[in-house]
Amino acid sequence: MDLNYTAEDEAFRAEVRAFIEQNQPQHLKGVKRGEYRTKEDFLAWHKILYKKGWLVPSWPAPYNTLSWTPTQKYIWNEENARAETPAILPFGVSMVGPVIYTFGTPEQKARFIPGILSGEVWWCQGYSEPGAGSDLASLKTRAVREGDHYVVNGQKTWTTLAQFADWIFVLVRTDPNAKAQEGITFLLCDMKTPGITVKPIITMDGSHEVNEVWFDNVKVPVENRIHEENKGWTCAKFLLSHERAGIAGVARSKNAIGRLKQMLAMEVVDGGKLIDDADFERKVAELEIDLTALEFTELRTLAAEQAGKGPGLESSILKIKGTEIQQRITELTLEAVGYYAMPFADPLAHNEFAPGPDYAEGAAQHYANMRKTSIYGGSNEIQRNIIAKMVLGL
Amino acid sequence: MDFSFTEEQTLLRNSVQKLIQSSYDFETRRKVAKSEAGWRKEIWQQIANDGLIGAAIPEDFGGLGGGAVETMIVMEEFGRGLVIEPYLQNAVIAAGFLKAGGSTKQKEELLPAIAGGESTYAFAYAEPQGRYNLADLTTKATKSGNGYTLNGYKAVVLGAPWADKLIVTARTGGDQRDAKGVSVFIVDKNAKGVTTRDYPTVDGLRASEVTLENVAVGADALIGGEGEGLPLIERVSDEAIAALSAEAIGAMKVLNDTTVEYCKTRKQFGTPIGKFQVLQHRMVDMFMNYEQSVSITYMVTLKLEEEEAERKKAASAAKVQIGKAGRFIGQQSVQLHGGMGMTDELNVGHYFKRLTMIDTQFGNVDHHLKRYASLS
Repeated sequence: MDLNYTAEDEAFRAEVRAFIEQNQPQHLKGVKRGEYRTKEDFLAWHKILYKKGWLVPSWPAPYNTLSWTPTQKYIWNEENARAETPAILPFGVSMVGPVIYTFGTPEQKARFIPGILSGEVWWCQGYSEPGAGSDLASLKTRAVREGDHYVVNGQKTWTTLAQFADWIFVLVRTDPNAKAQEGITFLLCDMKTPGITVKPIITMDGSHEVNEVWFDNVKVPVENRIHEENKGWTCAKFLLSHERAGIAGVARSKNAIGRLKQMLAMEVVDGGKLIDDADFERKVAELEIDLTALEFTELRTLAAEQAGKGPGLESSILKIKGTEIQQRITELTLEAVGYYAMPFADPLAHNEFAPGPDYAEGAAQHYANMRKTSIYGGSNEIQRNIIAKMVLGL
Repeated sequence: MDFSFTEEQTLLRNSVQKLIQSSYDFETRRKVAKSEAGWRKEIWQQIANDGLIGAAIPEDFGGLGGGAVETMIVMEEFGRGLVIEPYLQNAVIAAGFLKAGGSTKQKEELLPAIAGGESTYAFAYAEPQGRYNLADLTTKATKSGNGYTLNGYKAVVLGAPWADKLIVTARTGGDQRDAKGVSVFIVDKNAKGVTTRDYPTVDGLRASEVTLENVAVGADALIGGEGEGLPLIERVSDEAIAALSAEAIGAMKVLNDTTVEYCKTRKQFGTPIGKFQVLQHRMVDMFMNYEQSVSITYMVTLKLEEEEAERKKAASAAKVQIGKAGRFIGQQSVQLHGGMGMTDELNVGHYFKRLTMIDTQFGNVDHHLKRYASLS
């Protein structure tokens, strides 16, 4: 047991910190993703890291020449959170990319991977359906083989940022008679294909992050199928279990607590500072302790991974506790800003009058928006089921 | 001991329900909240014509002569309907100030117009540095001639865009947080020196930031004694808390019913999700939170006329219970509806947001826990 970083790790930290300081897009520092204005904003940091060769430290050769240890990847995440760089969109580099380099043919790899890495091709994820949420394997979007095409009909939903997407990776049912998991196929589909309609879903905070994606007789060439027909669930499961690093969001939460404390130092209560209010202090302390425990849970996972024991079922703990902490931060922020939680800052219309201090803007909307975290990516109830079944053997 | 309603009270409830059913469906509400005006003047007039604004205003002054129980009934049903129009600011707050602190002349002149929906008020009390402390005021009223001159800034004045009069709290004496030296004024919104910046709020209402710059008012603008306003403000705020509690239980009831219904019909893994015990227990907790909230709403409503310390404790207790239950029920309703609960299209998120904002109005859980403890 040793808590200290090695000299190499410390040198690594200094190097990445210097790089981030010199290269991060300043106009996006600390800006929430919901407030990005252009497609380029989402991709700004991605493209800088691609140029530097630091975009995909977890990918295998030949796509990645880095050999960062799990600890170094952790430091990398920490430094990014500290500097408030834009989060890298996961759909390409963390989701479909690994599926393609793992299950794709050489032709598919050559065709799709360069666009994922360069950021030229924006991907979105066609998984959930109106009737298939927690129970993803019950999906009904149908694909029928006709010659060298599949014809796809159905509807996907909660498709994040599909309004910008060039391509979608989509789970479809190719064998309606097989057991739920066994009749599913993984297809790649150009969003410009006739028959695809994207309809925005506005969430209660007023933002447009998610969409419905409708398929009406959409022809997808068979060469766009990843892995075998009816073996799509293997890809889906691989994708869901892959790249759990950072799932807990520890580094970003640490930073968010730092921001909260700055806010508490500015907020006034009875002539004093809110940060000196004993009740509030105690709540922040509880939150920080919870986060510290989670940080060490994540570090233990990391150490196990470094020792060659693959990521275990701890990822469910990281997801549950990570999202609970993220949500708690938004609750305390909401409480901190008092009456100025009430003004509505329309994310779809910029430059409106925003009363109150800058840091209060959108606090209640962010609180509302972050309720999604205990729902998406396998709801926290599902995560608890996984622990009950797979860890406790219940 | 009796928690039943009189026949008149039941009729009142029925008439409010009828109004909501006929003209307050969710889609209409959503459209109105996003419209330029943000409210419906004609509905406000109908609320007045049905006698609802005057439900708790004495008959001598144009009302129906009811009391806190009548207010509770209307607010509970308005909570179910997610009503936008400024009932709290007028029927409860403006009328409350005049009933408890107004002179006979003020009551005669002003209360009938409130009951009739002819004049509309907003309550400008909060200030950026004041948080939930009603006495923490930098807005000043200085004597000039027969009247006063007001200077200051008021934050998040709900309903102000629709108001023609503001009830303004200001210092006529004392230091920034002193109990003494606080006074209450009625100010015409279009008076010289009043500027407002209007904006929508997260829960679909409207508010303004209000600046007062050398605003001249007459001596008759003062409600209650000069410098003696704080006990009056606290009293009316406690009445507002009781009314907000009633609104909250109306909203909670809709969320609980909607969630139970959804869990009975939404199928995953080949079965209605309401069959999963973990969700059943969650909904039982939501139900218990609601019942406890109903109880405390009755309690505070029935204790508004008790002596001051008892009334304050009752109001703070209610605000704590409502704040906690509102958060739990709101969050779990969204969670159990899954992605659908996150959407603007479904009513769940709108009730969630309103309950969230109710916790902020007139002091949140933390504030009232402290106030309660300080009174015990």
